[in-house]
Amino acid sequence: MSHHTIEVADLSFTYPDGHQALNKVTLGVEPNEKAALVGPNGSGKSTLLLHLNGVLRSHEGSVCVGGLPLNDDNLGQIRAWVGLVFQNPDDQLFSPRVYQDVAFGPLHMGLDEKTIEARVSAALEAVGMGGYAQRTSYHLSLGEKKRIAIASVLSMEPKILVLDEPSAGLDPRARRNLIRLLQSLEYQTMLISTHDMRLVAELCSRTIVLDSGSVVANGPTADILYDAVLMERHGLETP
Amino acid sequence: MAGAFQERYRPGDSRIHRLDPRIKTVTALLLILGIVLTPEHAWPAYPLIWALLGSMAEIGGIRAWRLGRMAALVLPFTLAAVALPFTMPGRTVFEILGLAASDTGLARFGAVVLKSWLSAQAALLLTTTTPFTDLLWALSSLRVPPTLVTILGFTYRYLHTLKEEAERLIRARDSRSGTLPGQKSGGSLWWRAQVAGAMIGNLFIRSYERSERVYLAMRARGYTGEMKGFSRAAPTINAMLSGALPVLVLVLIEVIAVILWSS
Ligand SMILES: Nc1ncnc2c1ncn2[C@@H]1O[C@H](COP(=O)(O)OP(=O)(O)OP(=O)(O)O)[C@@H](O)[C@H]1O
Ligand SMILES: [Mg+2]
Repeated sequence: MSHHTIEVADLSFTYPDGHQALNKVTLGVEPNEKAALVGPNGSGKSTLLLHLNGVLRSHEGSVCVGGLPLNDDNLGQIRAWVGLVFQNPDDQLFSPRVYQDVAFGPLHMGLDEKTIEARVSAALEAVGMGGYAQRTSYHLSLGEKKRIAIASVLSMEPKILVLDEPSAGLDPRARRNLIRLLQSLEYQTMLISTHDMRLVAELCSRTIVLDSGSVVANGPTADILYDAVLMERHGLETP
Repeated sequence: MAGAFQERYRPGDSRIHRLDPRIKTVTALLLILGIVLTPEHAWPAYPLIWALLGSMAEIGGIRAWRLGRMAALVLPFTLAAVALPFTMPGRTVFEILGLAASDTGLARFGAVVLKSWLSAQAALLLTTTTPFTDLLWALSSLRVPPTLVTILGFTYRYLHTLKEEAERLIRARDSRSGTLPGQKSGGSLWWRAQVAGAMIGNLFIRSYERSERVYLAMRARGYTGEMKGFSRAAPTINAMLSGALPVLVLVLIEVIAVILWSS
């Protein structure tokens, strides 16, 4: 892959119960750019992110990742490129032990054992969970689960990171470390959905505002985040 | 899996939707009783009963053929009766593997299949037009023991929990199932089987613990083992008549069946 971009064009999505969650969403994220996706509860942020590695699929509009259109042929490749961290860590962890969960992605990609071990311990270290490899996933605290969920994606070394509220539920130190960690990943494209405006201010060069399933603003963070009227109108606040 | 566990209730505003759930429940039970009592050899009665159920479905906003297809879900269970043709005495119709199928046995088997299918339609008609909570309420006000109603309610509630947990686990795995070009991916068969096995174990523990949490949350809000619902007025005469109508039509069909076709 020469350029790891995200391009979404005219994407609409309706849940099976008839609720339309996305309405003609168009947005793009440049290579190595870190973009924030903000908007009130229920505006469709999670729904949009779930489209970026094909967990949800829509027939209206298109999703292109790294220049490839998302379809059955490219699905495996796109899932190797895009690391998706779900909003709810219980949606992410499915193995009995932390180690197995973090090793799943690399194992599935067919990497060799040495590499996998190195990646797993690096990923766990990166989120400050070095000693947790042999713990059972389902009895961890919420913040611990969230950090393991992030590690389970970092171990795949994805070119594109899609994070759904990565800082929710983290204690101040873990949150600080997370921001630092994400800042250090210079060569990864990121799209981060969040309600944490300080994280946006520190990390993201661009901010996209979603409301009622549509993009209502898209521009440099400095312009959008400090536009008190705009933020107020969409149920948000300036940091 | 999605098919079997699906929420059956389809919201709507038809006459059948609006009918008192107590009356609907009794009507459905009487219809099923009538279907079961149909004389075995009364073949012309079956299409008539089907027409009755089908027209009720159409009134309730469900296509008759869809109801029939949904009810086909019970057909595999009629395999339990598949030994009948070979065990009942009678004139031999055909033989497989040295086993003789008798005419009376075949007729009995055919009747079991048809009756199961028709009864399932009556039950599905009730569950597609009545929200599950209304159904539970109807059962308890019809003096079904509260323990039984509670067990039904929890079973239903936790079937969904189980289904949701299973879907989440599968989605989580798929989301990280990346492949690299020119690299053998997906892991070995043995590894995949291990992952699947671990997921099933995980599913059990997670569903169990989640149902514990649901129970605790209910306790915290004052649940004492008894479901309380809103009380309703007694059903009107009009509603009772609407509920009695299909039963009367069925009784008519049965009477004709006994007189004309049961010999
Ligand atoms: N599985 C589902 N079935 C039906 N509707 C859904 C489903 N999931 C989400 N929705 C609806 O779609 C809309 C968008 O939901 P989504 O989860 O994308 O919001 P969000 O922007 O991520 O909100 P939050 O900030 O609370 O995480 C909401 O109105 C929600 O009720
Ligand atoms: Mg969300």
